[in-house]
Amino acid sequence: MPAIQSPVSEEVHPDVALVARAKAGDTAAFEQLVRQYERQIFRVAQHITQNREDAEDITQDAFLKAYQKLEQFQGNSKFSTWLVRIAVNESLMRLRKRKTSKTVSMDEDVQTDEGSIPRDFAEWRPNPEQQYNQAELGDILRKTIQGLPPGFRTVFTLRDIENLSTEETAEALGLSVPAVKSRLLRARLQLRERLSRYFRQKKEGQPA
Amino acid sequence: MNCTDLLSHLGDYFDEQLSSDLRKELQTHTAGCQHCRVVLDTTHQTIAVYKGNEIYEVSTELRERLHTAIMAKCIKK
Repeated sequence: MPAIQSPVSEEVHPDVALVARAKAGDTAAFEQLVRQYERQIFRVAQHITQNREDAEDITQDAFLKAYQKLEQFQGNSKFSTWLVRIAVNESLMRLRKRKTSKTVSMDEDVQTDEGSIPRDFAEWRPNPEQQYNQAELGDILRKTIQGLPPGFRTVFTLRDIENLSTEETAEALGLSVPAVKSRLLRARLQLRERLSRYFRQKKEGQPA
Repeated sequence: MNCTDLLSHLGDYFDEQLSSDLRKELQTHTAGCQHCRVVLDTTHQTIAVYKGNEIYEVSTELRERLHTAIMAKCIKK
């Protein structure tokens, strides 16, 4: 038996009303959804494909697909998660076409053990922001995340950059929650290991 | 808790999903293990540095171009 009945029924995400209006043919409502998520979708696509032109195309295609399939969106997940899922699929498909990477499926990256066991135990001092200027830091971060297998890169992007929850990430990628957790751990450890080359505390007299 | 156990709990630790008992065990371990202390700290910094620096900025110009293109594709007459 419920103890205390909350005066307000379950909190409804503001997107629900916008999606309902868009389904009914209100293009202004759809445009508002586009405004809300176009930057996020672009960033996700750029992180996965590492290519700006591809990311622009994917962003347009993802919204077009969402618009065309709006009727199929049942509202079991958040609209943004559904949209991210479309964008991730488009991005992975684009990578497959480019064939610049051997592994472009979310399932194929599990083989590698790289980075699962930490090897670099140097402290990062001073912190990265104090060691490098903004432009240098941006270059290092881009170069480093580019080196991750696409599956790890994607999980890291959704969880740690776009702040999706573990459950939302699992839904967007069609993975189980434990699979997301395991990939996220490896992605973080691999990035940490690679970034250590740049950020590790320099020993006295050692060239930077 | 040994170093391998610590790694397996790292994700839940960062998500603040660890039970208080496990959290205490983890803290006791890192207090005596310099390597794990560094791994914990630098992994935390890894996440923070990516969160704190938007590496693919979307300029206003790019955003407007994207927006116009999206709407043109979707709302075709």
